[in-house]
Amino acid sequence: MNIVWTRRISQVFFLILFFWFSFATVFGTKWFQLRGWPINLFLELDPLVAIGTLLTTQTIYKGLLWALLTLLVTIVFGRVFCGWVCPFGTMHHFFGWIGSYKRGARVKMEKNRYRKWQALKYYILAAFLVMAAFPIATSSTLITGLLDPIPFVTRATNLSLMPIADGFGLRTTASPRHYDHATLIGLLFLTALLANLAIPRFYCRVLCPTGALLGIFSRFTLWRIAKKSPGCNHCEMCESYCEGAADPALKPRISECLVCMNCVDNYCNRDLITYRNEESVEGDIPAPQISRRGLLLAMGSGAIALPMLHLGDHLGSNYSPQTIRPPGSLAEEDFVQRCIKCGQCMKVCPTNIIMPAGLGTGLEGIWTPVLNFRIGTSGCQLNCVACSHVCPTAAIRPLTLDEKHGTGSFKESGPIRLGTAFVDRGRCLPWSMETPCLVCEENCPVTPKAIHVHEFMNTIRHGRRKVLSASAEGIKLDGPSLTPSGLATGDYYLRVEGTSTPPLRITANSAETVSVAEATILDPGINVSIQVQLGGPVVDPDLCIGCGVCEHECPVSGLRAIRVSSENESRNKRSKMKIRRVDA
Amino acid sequence: MAIAHGSDRAVTLSAALAALGGLDQFIRPGDRVLLKVNAAFATPPSLNATSHPTLVEALATECLKVGAAEVRVSDNSINDPDSCFRLTGIAQAATKAGAKLVMPTPSAFQSFTLPQGRLIVDWPLLTAPLAGINKVIGLAPVKDHQRSGASMTMKNWYGLLGGRRNVFHQDINNIIAELARMVRPTLVVLDGTNTMMTNGPTGGSVADLKATNTLIVSTDQVAADAFGATLLDQTAADFPYIAMAEAAGCGTADFASLKLAEVNT
Repeated sequence: MNIVWTRRISQVFFLILFFWFSFATVFGTKWFQLRGWPINLFLELDPLVAIGTLLTTQTIYKGLLWALLTLLVTIVFGRVFCGWVCPFGTMHHFFGWIGSYKRGARVKMEKNRYRKWQALKYYILAAFLVMAAFPIATSSTLITGLLDPIPFVTRATNLSLMPIADGFGLRTTASPRHYDHATLIGLLFLTALLANLAIPRFYCRVLCPTGALLGIFSRFTLWRIAKKSPGCNHCEMCESYCEGAADPALKPRISECLVCMNCVDNYCNRDLITYRNEESVEGDIPAPQISRRGLLLAMGSGAIALPMLHLGDHLGSNYSPQTIRPPGSLAEEDFVQRCIKCGQCMKVCPTNIIMPAGLGTGLEGIWTPVLNFRIGTSGCQLNCVACSHVCPTAAIRPLTLDEKHGTGSFKESGPIRLGTAFVDRGRCLPWSMETPCLVCEENCPVTPKAIHVHEFMNTIRHGRRKVLSASAEGIKLDGPSLTPSGLATGDYYLRVEGTSTPPLRITANSAETVSVAEATILDPGINVSIQVQLGGPVVDPDLCIGCGVCEHECPVSGLRAIRVSSENESRNKRSKMKIRRVDA
Repeated sequence: MAIAHGSDRAVTLSAALAALGGLDQFIRPGDRVLLKVNAAFATPPSLNATSHPTLVEALATECLKVGAAEVRVSDNSINDPDSCFRLTGIAQAATKAGAKLVMPTPSAFQSFTLPQGRLIVDWPLLTAPLAGINKVIGLAPVKDHQRSGASMTMKNWYGLLGGRRNVFHQDINNIIAELARMVRPTLVVLDGTNTMMTNGPTGGSVADLKATNTLIVSTDQVAADAFGATLLDQTAADFPYIAMAEAAGCGTADFASLKLAEVNT
């Protein structure tokens, strides 16, 4: 078996492993569901995740040290990660192969020619890292996840591919999965793949900031592609399959080389090309070809873009009250310095309520996790902390159930609050439409319930009546006719005006008469009113944890009559609403 | 109707069944049985917000023992279904007993209209677990319930409804009465071993529970619920749906008029 086949096997192995980990990122008890599978392996091997969060936070979170392995391999062997491991790279490789299949050598050479704008990825990386490293005029931010290939492909797989595969019968969860913005995320993924038809590995060569980072490190590589002896007639056959467009026919560009080994193995009819710990006989180009001017412009752009991102002050007074982050999320400023938008929390959430954000949290917050209580199977489940444990960067820090509930040693600090539920009395059925409901109160999982009931009686429309006659058949009333049985729900009462008799429960009614629970003598001419007994939900902000179960269950299914907004959320002091608890 | 007193559900269940002449009076060899449990919430069994796994396992085992060809367990949960069946221990109990868990997936529902129904009209119903079934047994805990007063065996059928069923809370008594009319169970098992007195139907604390040490097995769901009312320190008259179901011919609220078998364990 030659080296190219070894590389192909490695690529297929890591690609399958990658899909397997996404498949296994499901909350459950079966062996193929989440139970110690290293589902974050690729994110942890990705040095841009580690370096990005290192720059924003000056810390390295648990598994991210694996990135050192990737860097070490790169310093010894070159960009092996890109050519042999990266699952997104493998997909590009495959689509590039489709685009070149049965094309002539000339066409292939042209496709794989080095292009000056391959330098763009280094400028993108520079701008991203400046935004992460230098809190100029404002706190720094981490937006590498937009283009970082591992978060990119993880996000697309978790939120777009897997739900589609579910639809084709994979059935990873009981209910089909839905994600806001999954269309856009999926289309960007497809676009990145289809770009390979024009230029193979377009994403890797031109856009990939991780590739750029490894390109920088690979200038120190010990082993590299090289011509072992003179005599090259520049037939350029070696370039027809060069994955990195690294000019092996001229002076190999080491920082562009993906170590795919195609040139070594197959195409040189004089067998000149090899892989060794010495430079090429004609010399090579170890460092990326970037201009000082370009680099300064990129860094300057990053330095300007950072405060520009924060002009809307969404981290300050203009924070979005609709941004409800998963339990355990850090304060917003710290959150955006860690979140890489990989979608692992969204994939694992058993209720499917963690969604990639749109522009509501500012441009930097796009595709970061927010909770949407209108979708999914319930609100945030009281006894679940799954998302906090899969987050690879601790943007959502790991919680215990005790900490989430505010029990045990967390009694003092109280439960984790995601926000507070507010009753919209203008939409709430009992408060505004004389209709009994109380679904929110029933479903409130907090004990004692954070929703209590304000009971009251309302006289219904045309409810003031006069008794015409009373007999065994019922009490005949004047006024517009009633809907037969409409009052026989157990919620309607007849109040006799001018007496202290408690209202009488109506048990049956026809168009003109009502029957009540207890036999009562009513004389003709007596004034009565038909009343409905209502319970209006009232939220106790000291008990509400913002789990959104009430919002999810509210029967006002469009704009819900009870909605959670971020007031009082634990993670941000700025959201504090009430200063004092008033106990009954 | 049999009433068994005791704190061990497996013991009270078998005592109550024995008092009724044995489960083989109700389940014949070859029967296909659905156990409609209450798996509404993703809470542990100790909180009593859902059917107790001990009871589910004991009853499923008992059904298979008397020759049932198949026992299914199902409910359309309120919280996330996967979490509900697992955290309540019902999934494990069903598996252990050899019963089949049927999940409320979107394809498990079909539109249904109850003859002479006013509320259940062209409404999605959890039909997949019912396919091929000829016996239905309802298992429900006794729970405080703000809107209807109490959640017991008749309210338990709410878990067969799909769609945005929460709209039915606007007419809670009539929907429960219609549900009672819709399901003619072989038996209902009302679990009052612990009764959720407050904060229902979710509960969330053992402080909401009172040890009432009673388990009811009944062929009459109205009578079972009427008796259950007493465990909540109330009477059948406090819950209008009991009278409505009685009027609809689903059973009798006057449980004392039935042949009662009361046993202590």
